[in-house]
Amino acid sequence: MAALAPVGEVVREPSARRAAGVSARRRRRLNAFRYLVFTVFGLFFALPLLAMARFSLEGAKLGTWSVTAWSQIASYQGTQAVGIPPLISSIEITLELAVITCAVIVLLLVPTMIWIRLRVRWLSRTFEFLCLLPLTIPAIVLVVGLGPIYNRIQRVSLSALMLFWVYVILALPYAYRALAAGLGGLDVTTLAEAARSLGARWLTVIVRVIVPNMWQAIINALLLTSALVLGEFTIAYLLLYNNLQVELYSISRNTPNAGVLFATSTAALAFAFALLLILSYVGRRRRRSRG
Amino acid sequence: MSPQATSAQEAATRNAVEVQMTGLSRRYGQVVALDRLDLTLQPGELVALLGPSGCGKTTTLRLLAGLEDADAGQITVAGRDITHVPASRRDMGMVFQAYSLFPHMTVRQNVAFGLRLRRVAAAVRDRRAVEMLELVGLSEQADRYPHQLSGGQQQRVALARALAIEPQVLLLDEPLSALDAKVRAQLRDEIRRIQLEVGITTLFVTHDQEEALAIADRVGVMRDGRLEQLASPTDVYSRPATAFVAEFVGLSNRLAGTVSGGVVTVRGCDLPLMDRSTPDGPAMALVRPEAVTLASGYPADAGPLTGTVIALTFLGATSRVTVDLGDTTILAQLATADATAHPAGSRVTLTIRPDPVLVAVDGAASAGEGA
Ligand SMILES: Nc1ncnc2c1ncn2[C@@H]1O[C@H](COP(=O)(O)OP(=O)(O)OP(=O)(O)O)[C@@H](O)[C@H]1O
Ligand SMILES: [Mg+2]
Repeated sequence: MAALAPVGEVVREPSARRAAGVSARRRRRLNAFRYLVFTVFGLFFALPLLAMARFSLEGAKLGTWSVTAWSQIASYQGTQAVGIPPLISSIEITLELAVITCAVIVLLLVPTMIWIRLRVRWLSRTFEFLCLLPLTIPAIVLVVGLGPIYNRIQRVSLSALMLFWVYVILALPYAYRALAAGLGGLDVTTLAEAARSLGARWLTVIVRVIVPNMWQAIINALLLTSALVLGEFTIAYLLLYNNLQVELYSISRNTPNAGVLFATSTAALAFAFALLLILSYVGRRRRRSRG
Repeated sequence: MSPQATSAQEAATRNAVEVQMTGLSRRYGQVVALDRLDLTLQPGELVALLGPSGCGKTTTLRLLAGLEDADAGQITVAGRDITHVPASRRDMGMVFQAYSLFPHMTVRQNVAFGLRLRRVAAAVRDRRAVEMLELVGLSEQADRYPHQLSGGQQQRVALARALAIEPQVLLLDEPLSALDAKVRAQLRDEIRRIQLEVGITTLFVTHDQEEALAIADRVGVMRDGRLEQLASPTDVYSRPATAFVAEFVGLSNRLAGTVSGGVVTVRGCDLPLMDRSTPDGPAMALVRPEAVTLASGYPADAGPLTGTVIALTFLGATSRVTVDLGDTTILAQLATADATAHPAGSRVTLTIRPDPVLVAVDGAASAGEGA
């Protein structure tokens, strides 16, 4: 059978040609400017953090180094004499909260958003409004509103994991935005119609065609959600739950060493950084494996 | 019938099916997209639906594919009523105007997707995908991702993907409209070759009349949700059923004249009418540009068929000459060699070949509204 001659079109290579157009000198100047901006902003962000780390390592006499503050948080036992240090259990709780919140958010939002895009377009405005609403409500108002509800919840379960109800609501706007951006870049309707004409049912369309094309958006949503859970203090504190932030706060208050305050803050930051780095690294790997 | 058409019929005897749409209607709010459409595709036949924008071509195709529900009417494929069968169980291959390959799958995976849904064994699936890619001339690109292909290549893969499931019917919705002219013509012929080879009943939607006339066994001209004419490309062109078809397919001059007794008199020429039952009275005769010929100079008294050339459009082998007749202008299409004898500004005398013509009564049916 007659195979066709290849069509005379080549996939474009965008970067090379554009760079050649700019003269070398201009490019160098542009680069210098780039580095300058990067340095200035880098310092702006890094200096306070470095200072905080330095203070956490301050010895008893000014200008000396010591790890006392760090060993104090690690060995902090609070009111209990033995058992798992509260810091460790609060880390555990916070991680579990992050996982639960992420799972609920994704299971809730991804199918709903795809369904709205595919079948009930007219709902999308309302849905967006609902999802963005928590952004406009101050935490304290939320807590006041949630107080009675949590009274009820605490009758059933005292676990700090019950915080996930609020966290899902808090994370809604961020996760929604991330997912909406991912969906917006896809021609969902055409993909779905193509899949259906090939014999896919609606569930197959969502699971095998749409979702695999929005992994990046899902991972972004997960990143934002877990960042929020890891850093949440106000609501947990006001609802009298001990998550990581609350625990760090109480350690720094209950230890007569100023360095502990800085050490706990640094620890909290480092913890969140490390987790987010891991998550975004996972996301990058996925993307690359796809070419 | 053309030799192509007969080979289509040979293929048809193998496995092709008949598709019948009766009284299909569909409205969107106030807009009547389809108005009691009747259309039958013979087994193995390629029918092109042609018509101005918004006439309901896409709607017809989507109803047939099950992507949209009909308000009324019935669709049968091979005698089976499928009006209420969901799209996923209709067994129709579809190629879309927009690029529709799954971005996260390679070309091979795209082509094999429909077979995977049908739980075809991996070995069979792979072999079939390779076969299909060979059919569209893309076996080299099997492991690329869609974003690494050109537009034309993507549409070929889409065609391979649609054909891989061995559908009963192939549906194409302006699959070429995003491509440039050269790739378009090439892929158009390619689609026709593959369609004949596979022998599948095909509905091809386009708003490009050249495309429709070039590849179809029969062309259906649509207007406002109804089928104006369904006939072979030559018939649609030379024996249009209505004035609308005459004006939409190819170019027509509209010349004022008078009908009497099956003949229309236009500027002193008597032209026979296609439709002998046309009522007597004033009418607009639709005259093809190729029925008009030119001669240099003119007799002493300027008659109704003399005028001045005002423009000459070079089209390659033929050229189009615009002549100002004083009260109107007329287009003539001539071999380029003849046309160059009449540069702009020269005086010419026209002759109208007495081919049967159609008349548009009172400006009804002005084609190309919005097209
Ligand atoms: N989803 C829809 N909602 C509302 N109106 C629609 C919808 N789809 C089609 N229409 C209307 O139905 C009519 C027929 O549309 P259709 O898409 O079938 O036209 P078409 O012949 O394919 O035109 P084109 O050549 O521009 O693709 C048009 O007037 C269009 O505005
Ligand atoms: Mg259309």
